[in-house]
Amino acid sequence: MNDALGEPQSVLVLGGTSEIALETVMALPRNRIRRVVLAGRPSTARDEAVAALTSAGILGVTAVDFDARNTTDHAAFVNEIFDAGDIDVTLLAFGILGNQDEAEADADLAVDIATTNYTGAVSVGLRVAQRLKKQGHGSLVVFSSVAGDRARRSNFIYGSTKAGLDAFAQGLGDALHGSGAHVLVVRPGMVRTKMSAGLKEAPMTTDANVVAAIVVGALRKGKETVYAPGPLRYVMAGLKSLPRPIFRKLPS
Amino acid sequence: MSAVSPLRLAQGEQLLTGWGRTAPSLATVHCPASVGDVEQAVAEAGGRGILARGLGRSYGDAAQSGGATVLDLKGLGSIELDAAAATVTAGAGASLDDILKQIVPAGFFVPVTPGTRMITVGGAIAADVHGKNHHLEGSFGSHVQRLGIVDGQGHRRELAPAGDAEVRESFWATVGGMGLTGIMTDATFDVIPITSSLISVDTERAVDLDDVMESMIANDDRYRYSVAWIDSMHPSGRGVITRGDHAPSDQLPAEDRQSALAYDPKVLATAPAFVPGGLLNKLTVRAFNEAWFRKAPKRREAELQPIAEFFHPLDFVQEWNRVYGPGGFVQYQFVVPDSASEIVGKALRKLRKVGAPSFLTVLKRFGPANAGPLSFPQPGWTLAADVPASVPGLGQALDQLDELVAGAGGRLYLAKDSRQSPDMLARTYPRLAEWQAIRDRMDPKGLFTSDLARRLSL
Repeated sequence: MNDALGEPQSVLVLGGTSEIALETVMALPRNRIRRVVLAGRPSTARDEAVAALTSAGILGVTAVDFDARNTTDHAAFVNEIFDAGDIDVTLLAFGILGNQDEAEADADLAVDIATTNYTGAVSVGLRVAQRLKKQGHGSLVVFSSVAGDRARRSNFIYGSTKAGLDAFAQGLGDALHGSGAHVLVVRPGMVRTKMSAGLKEAPMTTDANVVAAIVVGALRKGKETVYAPGPLRYVMAGLKSLPRPIFRKLPS
Repeated sequence: MSAVSPLRLAQGEQLLTGWGRTAPSLATVHCPASVGDVEQAVAEAGGRGILARGLGRSYGDAAQSGGATVLDLKGLGSIELDAAAATVTAGAGASLDDILKQIVPAGFFVPVTPGTRMITVGGAIAADVHGKNHHLEGSFGSHVQRLGIVDGQGHRRELAPAGDAEVRESFWATVGGMGLTGIMTDATFDVIPITSSLISVDTERAVDLDDVMESMIANDDRYRYSVAWIDSMHPSGRGVITRGDHAPSDQLPAEDRQSALAYDPKVLATAPAFVPGGLLNKLTVRAFNEAWFRKAPKRREAELQPIAEFFHPLDFVQEWNRVYGPGGFVQYQFVVPDSASEIVGKALRKLRKVGAPSFLTVLKRFGPANAGPLSFPQPGWTLAADVPASVPGLGQALDQLDELVAGAGGRLYLAKDSRQSPDMLARTYPRLAEWQAIRDRMDPKGLFTSDLARRLSL
């Protein structure tokens, strides 16, 4: 249960090795946290994430197996987590960037990106939402992307999955409005993480801890949509209104 | 076949918060009309459990339970005065407001009233509420002769402070048990005879906190009712002490004696539905406190005040909790033993330092505790302060205050709490395990739960 000052007691991270999600857990008020579940595929990165949060003094950090693509497992997975106790904050943070050129050449790769980023998120997101409604409180934070605001030639496969995810998350937030459960859609710009390593930095590129601070502030205020960094909201509003012939000519 | 989405709000589902309007959760609210309805609701309770809710005056999350069935007991609101025995038997959903309207004109008063009369009998027992007479007469539960409760097996049973051990233990686990031992249906409690509806009040301005506390130590025992308002924004901790007792009818002017028991509490205003945040800030509260302090006479004796003015000044403004804006507020109330009276001053300084503007800061001396393992009052000082929840750094400041309070052998009032940690609770209520054992016996399936119970692992 969140307390009167917005301090959560339990956190579920879907995509338990996501750097942005882990930074968000670190940035959450932690005086009342007693349970953090990092859900992801078994890996040394996941073990390291458990160790890092634990050594930062966060209580009750555990890892569980979760694969966004195995949607048939999601119902049992979500029930097991919520049956063990209410979850106050869920971070839906898994996703793959993929390689646009390779995915254009091999449609199976594109399907893989779509399955993870969109289908998997719809599957687990809906099941989490059902449990939040059932427990009568809790927040679901969905990490979307500015790439979903308008598809670009250079990464439209990834962008289209985030566009779909973003629309899904907004609708889910409307469905849960007034239920005590709440959905926060986060649209980061380019963030310096291992996902973006080696890519050319876009303007307004930021760090994971900056995104985390924005997420925690938005949770506290009960916001429904937030850009990271904040001014990207206006940049994206401008980009979305550009005519396509001009938009196409923008440097990628 | 048409499916109904589980994400849609179902019949009876409502968002509930406490009086502080923080941390809402969704529950299915039912209004049983009879004890049979209550028994049925308990028998049919789902996996998220069931909880009774009175008038929602607990500040935190005591009377809400996400996903659960919440019973609004306004249908169990009967009130019967037995003037010969000086008792009232009332439904658990009867409010002190309604009870006073009935018994004051008949020459009786409730044994204990908190700062609002907008509470139910069930709530008064569940929180074991205290009032301005605690130093002499204890809390509400000490005046209850018997109560009816539907336990975790769905059966209504009788509990009393006397009788065999199991009944007695169950009674005292229910007094102060925050509604977690069952659904109370009715209770019989003592009422006190009065010959007028007025209170004879002595008012005294005290120049600083030491002055307030010395005066209370020296003189409280001479008065049935005593409380001090503290100017929390003023570094001195100055305050106004008001003390009194029911005025005998012969203290009234001759022309008023005919109607000595007239009782007509009025609601003067209702706070607007939306108040922006930040209305209560350091400047406005400082100005309010200054005016409140100046308004009080340096010393005045035997002033006749109506019941509502003396006991329930906040009830003049309905829904006054809205003035804190959409962010809501918390009330921090602790008790510390006399040996740790310096904690009162430390707490006031800490709240001032974090910039928490409080205009409802109240200091009171408690008398002996009763037998309830979770009952809040214990001998010493209790301080209550309201603070907007949005004050930056408030969580940390209150956690530090918790440490001071716990270290001094004190504790927090569960009816006000909305943010203490489970560890703090376990540390400061030494009889918690004893209470849990009795609760488990009364509710073996764990049906009775609340957001407070979940938050504090009660």
